[in-house]
Amino acid sequence: MAKEERQSADPPTPAVGRRWGMVIDLDRCTGCQACVVACHAENNVPVVGETEAAYGRSMHWIRIERYWEGEYPRNKARFMPILCQQCTEAPCEPVCPVFATYHSEEGLNAQIYNRCIGTRYCGSACPYKVRVFNWFDPEFPEPLAEQLNPDVTVRSRGIIEKCTFCVQRIRRSEEVAHVESRPVADGEIQPACVQTCPSDALVFGDFNDPDSQVSQLARSRRSFRLLDQLGTAPAVIYLKGGETNV
Amino acid sequence: MSDLQAAHPEEHSPVPAGEEQETAHTQDEFRQRLLLEQTRDWEINQAVLQPMLRTGAGFWILAGVLAAVVAWGLYAWSYQIRWGFGVAGINRPVYWGIYIATFVFWVGISHAGTMISAVLRVFKADWRRPITRGAEAMTAFALMMAGLYPLIHLGRVWKFYWMIPYPNNRGMWPNFQSPLMWDMVAIFTYLIGSGLYLYLAMIPDMAMARDNTKNWRYQLYRLLALGWRGTEIEWHKLHRALSIFSIVIIPVFLSVHSIVSWDFAVTLQPRWHSTIFAPFFVIGAVYSGLAALATILVLVRWGMRLQGFLREEHFNALGKLVMVAGMAWLYMWFAGLIVEWYGNEPVISEMLHEEISGPLAPLFYLLLFCNLTPIVFLVFKKVRTTPVLLLVFTLMVNLGMYIERVLIIPGNLQRNYLPFNWGTYRPTWVEISVVAMTFAGFALLYLLFSRIFPYVPVWEIKEGRLRYTLRRIGRLLVPTAAEIE
Repeated sequence: MAKEERQSADPPTPAVGRRWGMVIDLDRCTGCQACVVACHAENNVPVVGETEAAYGRSMHWIRIERYWEGEYPRNKARFMPILCQQCTEAPCEPVCPVFATYHSEEGLNAQIYNRCIGTRYCGSACPYKVRVFNWFDPEFPEPLAEQLNPDVTVRSRGIIEKCTFCVQRIRRSEEVAHVESRPVADGEIQPACVQTCPSDALVFGDFNDPDSQVSQLARSRRSFRLLDQLGTAPAVIYLKGGETNV
Repeated sequence: MSDLQAAHPEEHSPVPAGEEQETAHTQDEFRQRLLLEQTRDWEINQAVLQPMLRTGAGFWILAGVLAAVVAWGLYAWSYQIRWGFGVAGINRPVYWGIYIATFVFWVGISHAGTMISAVLRVFKADWRRPITRGAEAMTAFALMMAGLYPLIHLGRVWKFYWMIPYPNNRGMWPNFQSPLMWDMVAIFTYLIGSGLYLYLAMIPDMAMARDNTKNWRYQLYRLLALGWRGTEIEWHKLHRALSIFSIVIIPVFLSVHSIVSWDFAVTLQPRWHSTIFAPFFVIGAVYSGLAALATILVLVRWGMRLQGFLREEHFNALGKLVMVAGMAWLYMWFAGLIVEWYGNEPVISEMLHEEISGPLAPLFYLLLFCNLTPIVFLVFKKVRTTPVLLLVFTLMVNLGMYIERVLIIPGNLQRNYLPFNWGTYRPTWVEISVVAMTFAGFALLYLLFSRIFPYVPVWEIKEGRLRYTLRRIGRLLVPTAAEIE
């Protein structure tokens, strides 16, 4: 059983090139939400405010889902960081009428903001509900406007956006490596959430490199993929949490 | 046509009192159907043209109210475009709300026009003659309203043309894998097809109206009649075109609603991802469309005093069709439900429980009440042939079918595989105004159409009269095929 699971959790990989992916160790996640804040800051994700968020309009590209297990007082909180799973067989991709979302050669499920016309079909098709919509023009009240990331577009109203695995950081590291005439080292690329996670629950890397940290972690007996039964083949692999959870 | 008029035999001898009741009844029915009482063509012309020309205060008041609703809806739509989709009630995970539900509703309504007109034409059902144009117009206008929604629900409607394949600076085609592209292709095909079908069948009547009107109407009809004279070759070509159209448009109409259902069924959303969706949507469309046609015919007959043309037999036949479509709908609905129920998958069973005994229960039971009651009552001929009752029951069907779409789209989207992302949905004033805009817009277009174009296809009626005669055989009057055929 465990062996089979382990095999199924290996993402199908293209023969050559990179296959960026992430491993999330649920045993390490404390639910502190630092990744959420880091992601907002890195990717110019607007903050919508309490009322809108309560109505399902929050725009986090990564969110901590908290589930309660058991009955009080023996209940436990389970935390699960969920971001775009960068599916190999992404349900969101074929349904977009204008190719605003497509599969990149590195296995990224890319979102082209400029092409999006806002049918929200990808959002309906996504089983993880990680695609967020710009309900209004984005607002960055002072001093948030002072820290907008110049590497990332600010999206207009009426389009879908989502986690990109911080593609701007991937590109920058690749360029730096290229200038220094060397391959990108394992662990050199860190999306904002990975960089911020105080307990190192999130690890980013290349699944095509069998020696990379993510490949090694994915071979753990604890590995599973979210909603694996749907056959979306995510590039995010979770490591099951044990009794250590809060 | 007028040459042939002489060929029409004038047989008016009343049925002798001693005849069998049944025979007398059949004769009456045929007499009515073939409009044999109105023996002169110009009388039929006038009976159709007069209600168009006489527009009372009621018409203008109604048109004014509808136009006001449309104007308000346009304001609401522009408000949404200006400020963003946040002014509508949708959210994550309910990315599609009553806009899409209403879209499905209008596409559904559009189906009965073809159903009635093309299918009955193919099967040479003679009673169809007076109601074909009303049905075809309903198809065309309902599709126009449906066609607005793919625009209304776009986050960036000003970029809508990016869905159209044209040589562009982005250097790319639209994605033909996307069901939305299939949708667009299907709806445009159906709109063009049903528009042409409506227009083709109207050409001889345009000529008739041209010959009987003055001023701007004359100019308009002269233009639209395309110089129709009524020569043999013209009739031949028209009949040929119509028979091709009525056969070709049937697969188109089946495909349109199947494709609409695949918008939902091709996703992994629980309760959407189902093989029965395409036939279920098609039969639901026929159910609601036929009901809407009956509703409209009752209202138009009352508003335009067309009692002579839209008669008991039409309501009777339409009522039967609605009933049969309702039974078919019930069958498909149950076939879908029982599989979901016994499948007992956690998310789906949670969704079913929310419909049966949860927050969606009021809508669910209203849907069942509205969709099932008419099936029971339309069994009775008395109900089918009483316009008021037919109006009530067909309105119920459409309320029920609208609720069905609301339950399927925003209702189902509230739940998904990850309970953390469950949500609720409440439509806002913007959405309600825009939806009201399309209902008022449909009514307004239909209203204007009925005053600008002959609502009853005069040539089809005349053709029906020419095709049959009442002939005396022994002591019986028998409806027979005319010799001129």
